[in-house]
Amino acid sequence: MTQSEIFAYLQTSFPDAGLVLDETQPEPLIVVPREQLLDVARLLNADEQLHFECLMCLTSIDMGEELHAVYNLYSMKHDHKCTLRCRVNREDPVIPSVSSVWATADWHEREAYDLMGITFEGHPDPRRILLPDDWEGHPLRKDYQPQKEWHGIPLEAVQPEDLEKKRENG
Amino acid sequence: MAILEGRYGPNVVITSIDKIFNWSRSRSIWPLTFGLACCAIEMMATNASRFDLDRFGIFPRPTPRQADCLLVSGTLTAKMAERVIRLYEQMAEPKYVISMGSCANSGGPYWQYGYHVVKGIDLVIPVDVYIPGCPPRPEALIDGYLRLREKIMKETIARKDS
Repeated sequence: MTQSEIFAYLQTSFPDAGLVLDETQPEPLIVVPREQLLDVARLLNADEQLHFECLMCLTSIDMGEELHAVYNLYSMKHDHKCTLRCRVNREDPVIPSVSSVWATADWHEREAYDLMGITFEGHPDPRRILLPDDWEGHPLRKDYQPQKEWHGIPLEAVQPEDLEKKRENG
Repeated sequence: MAILEGRYGPNVVITSIDKIFNWSRSRSIWPLTFGLACCAIEMMATNASRFDLDRFGIFPRPTPRQADCLLVSGTLTAKMAERVIRLYEQMAEPKYVISMGSCANSGGPYWQYGYHVVKGIDLVIPVDVYIPGCPPRPEALIDGYLRLREKIMKETIARKDS
């Protein structure tokens, strides 16, 4: 099935869900409200016609005003692909976890939480995955303020003029 | 010893403690390999048969207890810096540090916006030799070891006047 056929199929199952097909991108994507995300994911995975058993990638994007969570799905049985996108409120970045549907989502959601600060409700192990547990902030956000030091280890940039000073003193 | 036996007669070599210590230390630098990024690939190539570091008595060790020299090759992140400090402290004296590549020297391409990168390992541990390059070629690493060898040869066990 093509992306628009998949969208039409989803529309018949979720007529009031407010799904939108965005065809402005090179690869069309289906925008899903966060309230419907888990139900739509369950259907995409379980339905015989769709049968998306593989979550290829789960990413997050900082769009400025809001955050986006992007799900790239693939069906090995039918050899078709589908892209879901869920808009996330910047102030209240909570969306349901799909790790109960695709086990791949477990680590991917932890990464999205670690670097973008999206909280996945119902995740079995919602810890950071790459950065230390006591890190402050989420680095891939556009308004991220880097830490000056961590556990006494300096992380600030050494400016070229300071290097000159360092050389004169040393 | 059959070739040498009886050939030179009774022999005495006169040297100083400094010379014999420095000679033995500089001719058997055992580095603790700390491969962190792409520099580690060059380090491995240098240790392998084509460049053959064993001819300089350089023989990589997997444990800080047996190592004389800490070779930090690659990007040092904040999370890894804690480990580097601990490994450095676990090494027995005398110990030396070689900083290999731009990332270890100054942060490299992450010097300004790398939020998690330590901008030079000399901010956390003392460094004896810096090897520039991104990554340095094996010849550059060998030159770094030879510079360290020169540095060790200048050492003395005598205390400085205070």
